[in-house]
Amino acid sequence: MNKSIFWYIGLFVTSVLVQVLFMDQIQFCGLVNPFFYVLFILLLPINIPRYLLLILGFLIGITIDIFASTPGIHASASVFMAFLRPFLINAGNIDDQERMVTPTVMNMGIGWFVRYALILIFFHHLFLFFIEMFTFSGFINTLLRSTLSGLFTFVLVFLSQFIIYRK
Amino acid sequence: MKSLLNFLIKYHVFFLFLVLEMFSITLIVKYNNYHRVSFLNSSNVISATILDKFQSVVDYFQLKRINESISEENARLRAGLQAMLLDRMGETIQEENEDTYMVVSAKVIHNSVNKQYNYLTLNKGLAHGIEPDMGVICADGIVGVVLDVSENYSTVLSVLNGRWAINTKLKETNHFGPLKWDGNDPGYAYLEEIPYHVRIHVKDKVVTSGYSSIFPEGINIGEVEELVHNSGDTFQTIKIRLSVDFRALFYVQVIAKTDKDERIELEKLSGNE
Repeated sequence: MNKSIFWYIGLFVTSVLVQVLFMDQIQFCGLVNPFFYVLFILLLPINIPRYLLLILGFLIGITIDIFASTPGIHASASVFMAFLRPFLINAGNIDDQERMVTPTVMNMGIGWFVRYALILIFFHHLFLFFIEMFTFSGFINTLLRSTLSGLFTFVLVFLSQFIIYRK
Repeated sequence: MKSLLNFLIKYHVFFLFLVLEMFSITLIVKYNNYHRVSFLNSSNVISATILDKFQSVVDYFQLKRINESISEENARLRAGLQAMLLDRMGETIQEENEDTYMVVSAKVIHNSVNKQYNYLTLNKGLAHGIEPDMGVICADGIVGVVLDVSENYSTVLSVLNGRWAINTKLKETNHFGPLKWDGNDPGYAYLEEIPYHVRIHVKDKVVTSGYSSIFPEGINIGEVEELVHNSGDTFQTIKIRLSVDFRALFYVQVIAKTDKDERIELEKLSGNE
Protein backbone atom coordinates (compact mmCIF):
# COMPACT_ATOMS: atom_id res chain seq x y z
CA MET A 1 0.00 0.00 0.00
CA ASN A 2 1.29 3.42 -0.86
CA LYS A 3 1.62 6.08 1.79
CA SER A 4 0.01 9.47 1.24
CA ILE A 5 2.04 12.47 0.15
CA PHE A 6 1.66 14.00 3.59
CA TRP A 7 3.26 10.98 5.15
CA TYR A 8 6.26 11.53 2.89
CA ILE A 9 6.44 15.23 3.71
CA GLY A 10 6.45 14.23 7.36
CA LEU A 11 9.20 11.70 6.71
CA PHE A 12 11.24 14.34 4.88
CA VAL A 13 11.03 16.82 7.75
CA THR A 14 11.67 14.17 10.39
CA SER A 15 14.72 12.72 8.70
CA VAL A 16 16.22 16.18 8.16
CA LEU A 17 15.63 17.19 11.77
CA VAL A 18 16.94 13.92 13.19
CA GLN A 19 20.04 14.25 11.03
CA VAL A 20 20.76 17.89 11.83
CA LEU A 21 19.87 17.94 15.50
CA PHE A 22 21.06 14.53 16.66
CA MET A 23 23.15 12.62 14.15
CA ASP A 24 25.53 15.49 13.44
CA GLN A 25 26.49 15.46 17.12
CA ILE A 26 27.56 11.82 17.04
CA GLN A 27 31.17 10.90 16.64
CA PHE A 28 33.25 7.92 17.65
CA CYS A 29 37.02 8.01 17.19
CA GLY A 30 36.73 10.52 14.34
CA LEU A 31 35.54 7.74 12.06
CA VAL A 32 31.86 7.11 12.49
CA ASN A 33 29.48 9.78 11.28
CA PRO A 34 26.01 8.46 10.44
CA PHE A 35 23.84 10.02 7.72
CA PHE A 36 20.41 8.93 8.75
CA TYR A 37 18.52 11.11 6.26
CA VAL A 38 19.09 8.53 3.51
CA LEU A 39 16.10 6.78 5.06
CA PHE A 40 13.91 9.18 3.08
CA ILE A 41 15.37 8.08 -0.25
CA LEU A 42 15.20 4.42 0.74
CA LEU A 43 11.52 4.56 1.67
CA LEU A 44 10.15 6.40 -1.38
CA PRO A 45 7.59 4.22 -3.18
CA ILE A 46 8.97 1.63 -5.56
CA ASN A 47 6.92 2.83 -8.50
CA ILE A 48 7.99 6.48 -8.19
CA PRO A 49 9.07 7.98 -11.55
CA ARG A 50 12.84 8.04 -11.79
CA TYR A 51 13.07 11.76 -12.52
CA LEU A 52 11.04 12.52 -9.39
CA LEU A 53 13.30 10.25 -7.38
CA LEU A 54 16.35 12.21 -8.55
CA ILE A 55 14.74 15.56 -7.79
CA LEU A 56 13.64 14.48 -4.31
CA GLY A 57 17.12 13.08 -3.66
CA PHE A 58 18.59 16.40 -4.64
CA LEU A 59 16.13 18.29 -2.44
CA ILE A 60 16.88 16.37 0.74
CA GLY A 61 20.61 16.54 0.06
CA ILE A 62 20.63 20.30 -0.43
CA THR A 63 18.49 20.75 2.70
CA ILE A 64 21.05 18.87 4.78
CA ASP A 65 23.79 20.92 3.09
CA ILE A 66 22.14 24.16 4.10
CA PHE A 67 22.14 23.13 7.75
CA ALA A 68 25.71 21.90 7.65
CA SER A 69 27.09 24.79 5.52
CA THR A 70 28.47 22.34 2.98
CA PRO A 71 26.68 23.29 -0.27
CA GLY A 72 26.68 20.52 -2.82
CA ILE A 73 28.31 17.72 -0.85
CA HIS A 74 25.21 15.95 0.46
CA ALA A 75 23.23 16.96 -2.62
CA SER A 76 25.61 15.22 -5.00
CA ALA A 77 25.80 12.08 -2.86
CA SER A 78 22.00 11.84 -2.53
CA VAL A 79 21.46 12.33 -6.25
CA PHE A 80 23.98 9.58 -6.87
CA MET A 81 22.13 7.30 -4.48
CA ALA A 82 18.76 8.15 -6.04
CA PHE A 83 20.22 7.35 -9.45
CA LEU A 84 21.41 3.92 -8.29
CA ARG A 85 18.20 2.98 -6.49
CA PRO A 86 16.12 1.72 -9.47
CA PHE A 87 18.96 -0.59 -10.55
CA LEU A 88 18.93 -2.29 -7.17
CA ILE A 89 15.19 -2.57 -7.11
CA ASN A 90 15.09 -4.08 -10.59
CA ALA A 91 17.94 -6.46 -9.80
CA GLY A 92 15.79 -8.40 -7.36
CA ASN A 93 12.78 -10.02 -9.04
CA ILE A 94 9.66 -8.36 -7.76
CA ASP A 95 6.20 -8.75 -9.18
CA ASP A 96 3.80 -6.00 -10.18
CA GLN A 97 1.89 -6.16 -6.96
CA GLU A 98 4.99 -5.46 -4.92
CA ARG A 99 5.76 -2.48 -7.12
CA MET A 100 2.96 -0.57 -5.46
CA VAL A 101 4.41 -0.66 -1.97
CA THR A 102 6.86 1.30 0.13
CA PRO A 103 10.10 -0.66 0.33
CA THR A 104 10.24 -1.35 4.06
CA VAL A 105 11.45 -4.33 6.05
CA MET A 106 7.88 -5.43 6.71
CA ASN A 107 6.76 -5.20 3.11
CA MET A 108 9.77 -6.69 1.41
CA GLY A 109 11.26 -9.05 3.96
CA ILE A 110 14.46 -8.75 5.96
CA GLY A 111 16.79 -10.34 3.40
CA TRP A 112 15.67 -8.10 0.56
CA PHE A 113 15.80 -4.95 2.64
CA VAL A 114 19.23 -5.66 4.12
CA ARG A 115 20.75 -6.11 0.70
CA TYR A 116 18.92 -3.14 -0.79
CA ALA A 117 19.67 -0.71 2.02
CA LEU A 118 23.21 -1.84 2.75
CA ILE A 119 24.42 -1.49 -0.84
CA LEU A 120 22.74 1.88 -1.39
CA ILE A 121 23.98 3.28 1.93
CA PHE A 122 27.49 2.07 1.24
CA PHE A 123 27.63 3.77 -2.17
CA HIS A 124 26.08 6.93 -0.77
CA HIS A 125 28.65 7.16 2.02
CA LEU A 126 31.54 6.29 -0.24
CA PHE A 127 30.55 9.00 -2.69
CA LEU A 128 29.97 11.47 0.13
CA PHE A 129 33.27 10.95 1.91
CA PHE A 130 35.26 11.09 -1.30
CA ILE A 131 33.52 14.20 -2.57
CA GLU A 132 34.09 15.78 0.85
CA MET A 133 37.82 15.03 0.71
CA PHE A 134 37.93 15.92 -3.02
CA THR A 135 41.02 13.74 -3.37
CA PHE A 136 41.94 10.08 -3.47
CA SER A 137 44.88 10.52 -1.13
CA GLY A 138 44.24 8.80 2.16
CA PHE A 139 42.16 6.29 0.25
CA ILE A 140 42.18 3.59 2.92
CA ASN A 141 41.21 6.00 5.67
CA THR A 142 38.29 7.37 3.66
CA LEU A 143 37.19 3.86 2.73
CA LEU A 144 37.28 2.85 6.38
CA ARG A 145 35.32 5.91 7.41
CA SER A 146 32.61 5.34 4.82
CA THR A 147 32.31 1.65 5.64
CA LEU A 148 32.02 2.14 9.39
CA SER A 149 29.66 5.10 9.08
CA GLY A 150 27.64 3.20 6.50
CA LEU A 151 27.21 0.25 8.83
CA PHE A 152 26.13 2.54 11.63
CA THR A 153 23.67 4.36 9.38
CA PHE A 154 22.29 1.02 8.26
CA VAL A 155 21.68 -0.11 11.85
CA LEU A 156 19.83 3.15 12.56
CA VAL A 157 17.76 2.91 9.38
CA PHE A 158 16.91 -0.70 10.13
CA LEU A 159 15.85 0.01 13.70
CA SER A 160 13.89 3.11 12.72
CA GLN A 161 11.53 0.94 10.66
CA PHE A 162 10.30 -0.69 13.81
CA ILE A 163 9.62 2.70 15.34
CA ILE A 164 7.79 4.06 12.30
CA TYR A 165 5.58 0.96 11.94
CA ARG A 166 4.95 0.04 15.51
CA LYS A 167 1.49 -1.29 14.79
CA MET B 1 16.78 17.27 -34.73
CA LYS B 2 13.95 14.87 -34.09
CA SER B 3 16.27 12.00 -33.34
CA LEU B 4 18.21 14.21 -30.96
CA LEU B 5 15.00 15.00 -29.13
CA ASN B 6 14.09 11.33 -29.04
CA PHE B 7 17.51 10.55 -27.68
CA LEU B 8 17.10 13.18 -24.94
CA ILE B 9 13.65 11.91 -24.03
CA LYS B 10 14.77 8.31 -23.96
CA TYR B 11 17.64 9.03 -21.61
CA HIS B 12 16.03 11.90 -19.71
CA VAL B 13 16.75 10.27 -16.35
CA PHE B 14 20.43 10.01 -17.07
CA PHE B 15 20.62 13.61 -18.27
CA LEU B 16 18.73 14.85 -15.24
CA PHE B 17 21.20 12.93 -13.11
CA LEU B 18 24.13 14.58 -14.89
CA VAL B 19 22.62 18.05 -14.59
CA LEU B 20 21.93 17.68 -10.86
CA GLU B 21 25.40 16.24 -10.21
CA MET B 22 27.07 19.02 -12.15
CA PHE B 23 25.08 21.63 -10.30
CA SER B 24 26.05 20.10 -6.93
CA ILE B 25 29.71 19.87 -7.83
CA THR B 26 29.71 23.46 -9.06
CA LEU B 27 28.34 24.43 -5.66
CA ILE B 28 31.13 22.54 -3.91
CA VAL B 29 33.84 24.08 -6.04
CA LYS B 30 32.36 27.55 -5.81
CA TYR B 31 32.17 27.31 -2.06
CA ASN B 32 35.81 26.30 -1.99
CA ASN B 33 36.93 29.39 -3.80
CA TYR B 34 34.60 32.16 -2.87
CA HIS B 35 32.76 30.74 0.12
CA ARG B 36 29.96 33.25 -0.38
CA VAL B 37 26.91 31.32 -1.56
CA SER B 38 25.26 33.22 1.17
CA PHE B 39 21.74 31.77 1.22
CA LEU B 40 23.04 28.21 1.17
CA ASN B 41 24.60 28.09 4.58
CA SER B 42 23.53 27.76 8.15
CA SER B 43 23.24 31.50 8.85
CA ASN B 44 20.06 31.79 6.78
CA VAL B 45 16.90 32.58 8.67
CA ILE B 46 15.08 29.25 8.55
CA SER B 47 17.86 26.87 9.41
CA ALA B 48 19.42 29.21 11.98
CA THR B 49 16.10 29.69 13.75
CA ILE B 50 15.55 25.93 14.01
CA LEU B 51 19.07 25.39 15.29
CA ASP B 52 18.69 28.24 17.76
CA LYS B 53 15.43 26.90 19.22
CA PHE B 54 16.85 23.43 19.57
CA GLN B 55 20.03 24.69 21.19
CA SER B 56 18.07 26.61 23.79
CA VAL B 57 16.53 23.30 24.89
CA VAL B 58 19.88 21.53 24.98
CA ASP B 59 21.30 24.39 27.01
CA TYR B 60 19.27 23.43 30.04
CA PHE B 61 21.15 20.18 30.28
CA GLN B 62 24.49 21.91 29.96
CA LEU B 63 23.85 24.70 32.45
CA LYS B 64 26.11 23.25 35.10
CA ARG B 65 29.06 22.95 32.75
CA ILE B 66 28.48 26.41 31.31
CA ASN B 67 28.33 27.92 34.77
CA GLU B 68 31.54 26.25 35.77
CA SER B 69 33.40 27.49 32.72
CA ILE B 70 32.10 31.01 33.21
CA SER B 71 33.06 31.17 36.85
CA GLU B 72 36.46 29.78 35.99
CA GLU B 73 36.98 32.45 33.39
CA ASN B 74 35.74 35.05 35.83
CA ALA B 75 38.33 34.03 38.36
CA ARG B 76 41.07 34.15 35.77
CA LEU B 77 40.01 37.59 34.56
CA ARG B 78 39.91 38.89 38.09
CA ALA B 79 43.42 37.66 38.71
CA GLY B 80 44.56 39.27 35.47
CA LEU B 81 42.92 42.56 36.36
CA GLN B 82 44.72 42.65 39.70
CA ALA B 83 48.05 42.11 38.03
CA MET B 84 47.31 44.72 35.41
CA LEU B 85 46.32 47.32 37.93
CA LEU B 86 49.59 46.77 39.80
CA ASP B 87 51.48 47.10 36.53
CA ARG B 88 49.78 50.30 35.53
CA MET B 89 50.49 52.01 38.86
CA GLY B 90 54.02 52.79 37.79
CA GLU B 91 53.19 53.85 34.29
CA THR B 92 52.35 57.39 33.42
CA ILE B 93 51.54 57.25 29.76
CA GLN B 94 49.79 54.40 28.05
CA GLU B 95 51.55 52.90 25.10
CA GLU B 96 50.41 54.51 21.90
CA ASN B 97 50.72 51.53 19.63
CA GLU B 98 48.44 49.23 21.50
CA ASP B 99 45.58 47.99 19.33
CA THR B 100 42.00 48.37 20.40
CA TYR B 101 39.46 45.64 19.94
CA MET B 102 35.71 45.45 20.11
CA VAL B 103 34.26 42.30 21.66
CA VAL B 104 30.80 40.79 21.10
CA SER B 105 29.75 37.77 23.11
CA ALA B 106 27.72 35.15 21.21
CA LYS B 107 26.22 31.74 21.74
CA VAL B 108 27.12 28.74 19.61
CA ILE B 109 23.89 27.29 18.20
CA HIS B 110 25.41 24.74 15.88
CA ASN B 111 28.80 23.12 15.78
CA SER B 112 30.43 20.07 14.26
CA VAL B 113 33.77 18.36 14.69
CA ASN B 114 33.27 15.23 12.62
CA LYS B 115 33.52 16.62 9.10
CA GLN B 116 36.50 17.53 7.00
CA TYR B 117 35.34 21.13 6.89
CA ASN B 118 33.64 22.17 10.09
CA TYR B 119 31.59 25.29 10.64
CA LEU B 120 29.88 26.88 13.63
CA THR B 121 26.73 28.95 13.69
CA LEU B 122 26.41 31.83 16.17
CA ASN B 123 23.28 33.60 17.34
CA LYS B 124 24.59 37.10 16.59
CA GLY B 125 24.82 38.81 13.23
CA LEU B 126 24.93 42.10 11.37
CA ALA B 127 22.50 43.66 13.82
CA HIS B 128 25.04 43.14 16.60
CA GLY B 129 27.97 44.54 14.65
CA ILE B 130 29.40 41.28 13.38
CA GLU B 131 30.99 41.30 9.95
CA PRO B 132 32.83 38.72 7.84
CA ASP B 133 36.52 38.20 8.66
CA MET B 134 36.20 38.95 12.35
CA GLY B 135 38.00 36.61 14.73
CA VAL B 136 36.18 34.27 17.11
CA ILE B 137 37.75 33.23 20.40
CA CYS B 138 36.67 31.67 23.66
CA ALA B 139 38.19 31.59 27.13
CA ASP B 140 40.57 28.76 26.20
CA GLY B 141 41.83 30.05 22.89
CA ILE B 142 40.92 30.73 19.30
CA VAL B 143 37.87 29.19 17.69
CA GLY B 144 37.66 30.46 14.12
CA VAL B 145 36.85 33.29 11.73
CA VAL B 146 33.45 34.71 10.75
CA LEU B 147 32.61 33.69 7.21
CA ASP B 148 29.06 34.81 6.45
CA VAL B 149 26.66 37.03 8.32
CA SER B 150 22.93 37.43 8.12
CA GLU B 151 20.84 39.90 10.07
CA ASN B 152 20.83 37.89 13.31
CA TYR B 153 23.12 34.93 12.75
CA SER B 154 26.59 34.20 11.51
CA THR B 155 28.55 31.25 10.16
CA VAL B 156 32.07 30.72 11.46
CA LEU B 157 34.93 28.83 9.85
CA SER B 158 36.18 26.59 12.64
CA VAL B 159 39.87 25.95 13.34
CA LEU B 160 38.90 22.36 12.51
CA ASN B 161 38.59 23.15 8.83
CA GLY B 162 41.18 22.26 6.22
CA ARG B 163 40.30 25.31 4.13
CA TRP B 164 42.46 27.70 6.08
CA ALA B 165 45.58 27.92 8.20
CA ILE B 166 46.08 30.15 11.21
CA ASN B 167 49.18 32.23 11.45
CA THR B 168 50.79 31.16 14.71
CA LYS B 169 54.08 31.36 16.52
CA LEU B 170 55.93 29.54 19.24
CA LYS B 171 55.73 31.62 22.37
CA GLU B 172 59.26 30.78 23.50
CA THR B 173 61.22 31.40 20.33
CA ASN B 174 58.88 33.62 18.30
CA HIS B 175 59.25 31.44 15.21
CA PHE B 176 56.07 31.57 13.18
CA GLY B 177 54.32 29.21 10.80
CA PRO B 178 50.85 28.12 9.65
CA LEU B 179 48.74 25.84 11.84
CA LYS B 180 46.55 23.41 9.90
CA TRP B 181 44.06 20.76 10.89
CA ASP B 182 44.50 17.44 9.13
CA GLY B 183 40.87 16.36 9.31
CA ASN B 184 41.24 13.51 11.78
CA ASP B 185 41.26 14.19 15.51
CA PRO B 186 39.43 17.33 16.73
CA GLY B 187 41.93 17.60 19.60
CA TYR B 188 45.07 18.11 17.51
CA ALA B 189 46.40 20.24 14.65
CA TYR B 190 49.78 20.58 12.97
CA LEU B 191 52.20 23.50 12.90
CA GLU B 192 54.33 23.53 9.79
CA GLU B 193 57.28 25.39 8.33
CA ILE B 194 59.36 25.61 11.48
CA PRO B 195 63.02 25.15 10.51
CA TYR B 196 65.00 22.30 12.04
CA HIS B 197 67.43 24.47 13.95
CA VAL B 198 64.69 25.77 16.23
CA ARG B 199 64.73 23.96 19.54
CA ILE B 200 61.26 22.95 20.54
CA HIS B 201 60.20 21.20 23.69
CA VAL B 202 57.07 19.27 24.39
CA LYS B 203 54.55 21.48 26.24
CA ASP B 204 55.84 24.70 24.63
CA LYS B 205 52.99 27.13 24.14
CA VAL B 206 51.72 28.09 20.69
CA VAL B 207 49.94 31.44 20.29
CA THR B 208 48.61 33.66 17.49
CA SER B 209 51.33 35.61 15.76
CA GLY B 210 49.51 38.91 15.42
CA TYR B 211 50.67 39.25 11.82
CA SER B 212 47.15 38.87 10.55
CA SER B 213 44.64 41.60 11.15
CA ILE B 214 42.06 39.14 12.49
CA PHE B 215 43.50 38.05 15.81
CA PRO B 216 45.51 40.03 18.32
CA GLU B 217 48.94 38.71 19.19
CA GLY B 218 49.38 36.12 21.89
CA ILE B 219 46.01 34.40 22.03
CA ASN B 220 46.37 30.86 23.22
CA ILE B 221 46.08 28.07 20.67
CA GLY B 222 47.62 25.01 22.25
CA GLU B 223 50.83 23.35 23.25
CA VAL B 224 53.37 21.13 21.58
CA GLU B 225 52.46 17.47 21.89
CA GLU B 226 54.93 15.74 19.63
CA LEU B 227 57.61 16.52 17.06
CA VAL B 228 57.16 14.73 13.75
CA HIS B 229 60.35 14.20 11.76
CA ASN B 230 59.75 13.34 8.14
CA SER B 231 63.02 12.51 6.47
CA GLY B 232 63.61 14.68 3.44
CA ASP B 233 61.56 17.62 4.62
CA THR B 234 63.29 20.95 5.02
CA PHE B 235 60.94 21.96 7.80
CA GLN B 236 59.66 20.12 10.80
CA THR B 237 56.03 19.43 11.51
CA ILE B 238 54.83 19.80 15.06
CA LYS B 239 51.76 18.15 16.48
CA ILE B 240 49.84 20.62 18.61
CA ARG B 241 47.27 19.78 21.25
CA LEU B 242 44.53 22.41 20.84
CA SER B 243 43.58 24.17 24.04
CA VAL B 244 39.95 24.61 23.01
CA ASP B 245 37.69 21.60 23.35
CA PHE B 246 35.60 21.97 20.20
CA ARG B 247 33.19 19.31 21.38
CA ALA B 248 32.11 21.51 24.27
CA LEU B 249 31.76 25.06 22.98
CA PHE B 250 28.92 27.14 24.39
CA TYR B 251 29.80 30.81 24.44
CA VAL B 252 32.35 32.55 22.28
CA GLN B 253 33.54 36.11 21.77
CA VAL B 254 33.72 37.74 18.38
CA ILE B 255 36.55 40.26 18.26
CA ALA B 256 37.49 42.89 15.73
CA LYS B 257 40.30 45.33 15.61
CA THR B 258 38.82 48.80 15.37
CA ASP B 259 41.42 50.06 12.93
CA LYS B 260 41.38 46.89 10.86
CA ASP B 261 40.14 48.42 7.62
CA GLU B 262 43.05 50.79 7.51
CA ARG B 263 45.50 47.95 7.94
CA ILE B 264 43.89 45.78 5.26
CA GLU B 265 43.90 48.74 2.93
CA LEU B 266 47.59 49.28 3.54
CA GLU B 267 48.42 45.61 3.10
CA LYS B 268 46.55 45.58 -0.19
CA LEU B 269 48.62 48.52 -1.40
CA SER B 270 51.86 46.69 -0.77
CA GLY B 271 50.51 43.51 -2.31
CA ASN B 272 50.85 41.64 0.93
CA GLU B 273 48.44 38.89 1.77
